[in-house]
Amino acid sequence: MKPAPFGYADPTSLDEALTLLAEDGAKVLAGGQSLLPLLSMRLASPATLVDINRIPGLDSVAVSGAGVRVGALVRHADLLHHAEAARVQPLLARATANVAHPAIRNRGTTVGSIAHADPSGEMTSVLALTGGSVTVATPGGPQTVDWADFFVGPLETSVHGPAVVTEAFFPALPPRSGTAFEEVSRRKGDYAVCGAGVTVTLDEDSRVTAARAAYISVGLVPEVHDLTEAVAGRTVAEADWAAAGALARTLVDPDGDLHASADYRRLLVGVLTERTLARAAEEAASR
Amino acid sequence: MTTKLFGEPVRRREDLRLITGRGRYTDDIGHGALAAAFVRSPYAHARITDIDVDGALDVEGVVAVYTYEDLVGPMAEPLPVLIPHPQLTAPRTGYPLARDVVQHVGEAVVMVVATDRYVAEDVCDRIVVSYEELPVVVGVDAARAAAHAVHEDVPDNVAARHHQETGDVEAALAASAHTLSFTQYIERSACMPMEGKGVHAVWDHDDASLRVHTSTQASTSVRAAIAAKLQLSLEKVEVVAPDVGGGFGVKIVHPWPEELLVPMAAIALGQPVHWAEDRREHFISSAHEREQRQEITVGYDDEGRVTALDVRGWHDNGAYTPYGIIVPIVTATQLVGPYAIPVYRVRIDSVYTNTVIVTPYRGAGRPQGCYAMERTMDRIAQDLGLDRAEVRRRNLIGKDQFPYDHHLTFQDGRPVIYDSGDYEGLLDKLIALVGWDSMDARREEAASRGKQLGVGMAMYVEGTGPGPYEGGHVQVLGSGKVLVSTGLTSQGQGHETAFAQIVAHELGVPIEDVEVTTGDTRRFGYAVGTFASRAAVMSGNAIALAARGVRAKALRIAADVLEADVEDLEIDEGLVQVKGTPGASIPLRTVAVLSNPLRYAFDEAARQATQFAGPGDDSKPPVAVGDAPGLEHVDYYSPIRSTFASGAHAAVVEIDPTTWEIDVVDYAVVHDCGNIVNPMIVEGQVHGGVAQGVGGALYERMAYDGDGQLQNASFMDFLMPYASEVPDVVIDHQETPSPLNPLGLKGAGEAGVIPGTACIASAIEDAVGRRIAAMPISPTELYDLVRDPDAERVPTREGAPA
Repeated sequence: MKPAPFGYADPTSLDEALTLLAEDGAKVLAGGQSLLPLLSMRLASPATLVDINRIPGLDSVAVSGAGVRVGALVRHADLLHHAEAARVQPLLARATANVAHPAIRNRGTTVGSIAHADPSGEMTSVLALTGGSVTVATPGGPQTVDWADFFVGPLETSVHGPAVVTEAFFPALPPRSGTAFEEVSRRKGDYAVCGAGVTVTLDEDSRVTAARAAYISVGLVPEVHDLTEAVAGRTVAEADWAAAGALARTLVDPDGDLHASADYRRLLVGVLTERTLARAAEEAASR
Repeated sequence: MTTKLFGEPVRRREDLRLITGRGRYTDDIGHGALAAAFVRSPYAHARITDIDVDGALDVEGVVAVYTYEDLVGPMAEPLPVLIPHPQLTAPRTGYPLARDVVQHVGEAVVMVVATDRYVAEDVCDRIVVSYEELPVVVGVDAARAAAHAVHEDVPDNVAARHHQETGDVEAALAASAHTLSFTQYIERSACMPMEGKGVHAVWDHDDASLRVHTSTQASTSVRAAIAAKLQLSLEKVEVVAPDVGGGFGVKIVHPWPEELLVPMAAIALGQPVHWAEDRREHFISSAHEREQRQEITVGYDDEGRVTALDVRGWHDNGAYTPYGIIVPIVTATQLVGPYAIPVYRVRIDSVYTNTVIVTPYRGAGRPQGCYAMERTMDRIAQDLGLDRAEVRRRNLIGKDQFPYDHHLTFQDGRPVIYDSGDYEGLLDKLIALVGWDSMDARREEAASRGKQLGVGMAMYVEGTGPGPYEGGHVQVLGSGKVLVSTGLTSQGQGHETAFAQIVAHELGVPIEDVEVTTGDTRRFGYAVGTFASRAAVMSGNAIALAARGVRAKALRIAADVLEADVEDLEIDEGLVQVKGTPGASIPLRTVAVLSNPLRYAFDEAARQATQFAGPGDDSKPPVAVGDAPGLEHVDYYSPIRSTFASGAHAAVVEIDPTTWEIDVVDYAVVHDCGNIVNPMIVEGQVHGGVAQGVGGALYERMAYDGDGQLQNASFMDFLMPYASEVPDVVIDHQETPSPLNPLGLKGAGEAGVIPGTACIASAIEDAVGRRIAAMPISPTELYDLVRDPDAERVPTREGAPA
């Protein structure tokens, strides 16, 4: 459980980082919470780690009316405790609270977990659910990539060649909307067996106009499922959240693994959808 | 007056060191040593056709590469069968490095020594081993079916057929008013100490002697094994167990291949060599436990009293049997628990599979036996519509029936005769502690919150403190320090504290003056080891006897000096004094000085013992005939047989019937380990045991696939419970002293884990009304069970007929 030999560089500018990343087998190191165990188990052996922690300007959370911009070096713990970010997009704190344990949240970065594109990571699905995007620094200049174009497969994104994901943008929660996030995990802090993040939007008469969900550890890439048809036009009190859960179960295609069968995951999709939508709707009604 | 120390919750003196990072573990020793790493088999069963090391030899920093071909003399022979048994008819052990055939994923094939571990692993990556794959046997049922053989010359895969019976079970079953039969399974788990194994060896070329630090539970026996295998004289080998970060059984097995190979390399290379096991290695090349298939037939009368019990079991012993058949024997003999079973037959086949070896893990076969017996009690209760506690009560051995002879032969070859106990007392306390009789109200309250609540209980008797012996050495120095040593090892149990309490209490000295050393063959060469909840019983009593020997000698010398009768003296706070005569006293440290008559005054204390220092009696020799210089004593304790501790656990679970998550909301323990040296340490042992019991019941399993690949060989997928998964534990004590040993002790180390699987299975069954016949169980499996139309329904209310 010792890494194979690798080179290490800690550039102090993005340009320098991109030059280093142009070399074969170079890989970005940010928080290291996913990458370093892979190295230790020799499941990955990059030629060079390009440590971006010395690059200035990547560690801020910028909140505006439009949403929350999270820099590449912002740790999960920073985002978890960012009250202003939570006010504009409550899913950020709700989801990061479910990311592993405090020691991992103190080192791991939110943007790094998105760039890692693990379907059992929380923040990939939150990026999808909020309709977010990432900014990618490339030799040709910065590019903005919509979430739907970013995730290609498990641990795979559309970004190739020398590139650093410098920030993620999470749009603000729309008016008259509420959110909820919940996971079932085998042990507290484990990867979710299944997790659900939802948003519910109401009209001025408190009737549901939109209900959407994204799941954790379900499917190969983050997906947003529109469940509105099951509850559209109903008030918070009369909406049949169980019907929305039942609809969600038909839309997902989970896999089984050591900890949960595909059927069990599908069950949890239904249960968590019902629970979280009801909570999100109540929150929307109270905003 | 000296504070009474025996029985007091004295704070563990080792904790400050251990929890502030100042422990000294094997991996903390010998920086700069060469590092060993191993190429291990990626196949569960294969013939080695070629080992190509050419590509590895030009890595900068490689020092040596060893394969089986490099082993000579006893090292080239199979590893020892540590505990032979007449019923172990086909014992098999591996070689320190695989010879021709590998029998499980993780078996060591090549050892690399390099300048550090990183380089050693780089070298391992460059070594190409070619294999021809052979058919793989995984799981007890495949082993039983014997479509393929693990060992070519053991075609039925049966290592041993263990068989004991106390009467004609078939006649007794035929005569029983009721009988029922069922089959159940229990899965693998493992010890998983925080610190894996580790070995550090230094060869002193000039002295031709070897010093080995190893993370072991049996340093004296490791020493003997190294001496034998490496053909060294015993006095040229020292083995030390430094701080050991948990053992739980896996480190009683010895010699591990690495415990021989690392010293072998240190001698060959003339340089210190070090190996620290990593977690993946621990998963695939140490040891597991627990997997059994159990077929049980029980006969009983209308009142639920057992009339006959017939158990047919299959025990997965993995690829080899270095530790003999201790685990299935313990299952067979401890299964009967606290119950009077008139006729009992047990037949357990110990079978080979192409998986990691199975050797004792805390509980060591008892959790499986408890699972068999206690689930039987539950079924009898359900069948007759009786309260589960009441059925147990009707079968308990009575308080007036001790010593109680089960007419079985225990793991130590001695009869299973319970020395003492009060099992009805345990049951009464448990019922009160968990609120057994008010569960209906709790069920309703839980239902109002949408939860299904269930309760289960399980009782056990644990044979602890088996022989053959342990020893203790107690020595008072002229400084007043009291040195204590015993040969068995410590893995964090609190021995330093408990043994110091015993010595302070027996000798009448402040506990601060007592220093305890364990597991160091330089200090104490005779020992058996730390296993079977035996340290307090065995070494505790031996140390007490040694302290009593020191006390007697001190009083004899002091009586001379004080011109008093020995009977009139007492020792308190390190001062020997004439009872009731203040001022007529002598410090124990002065007695220590006087006990060693000297010619040379090398320091001020020594001066008092020199030949012209005081009035000597020149009609006697300075050291009396039959006496020895020095205020010290060695003594041994060897029991006639094991002492039997007991207990009763209850678990209350809540199930979420939408997600089938299982939450253990209450866990109650009534515990009887005889006289208690330190209740805080005992409770800590119980807490840790319960945590492992919950792990074994709900989280941990070894997920082997059909190819013998362990799918969850990391802490990401092997779900050892976190603190967040372990329930709060409430404990009540009962103290029924053992009549077998001077201190009246029974063992406490393993008890907490034994009933976990049985009582949690019972509680889940009670909550959901479906038969639980395979453990552990996870939410996804519970979901499968409750929606299976063929799953057996069971009543969920006490007294409701099936």
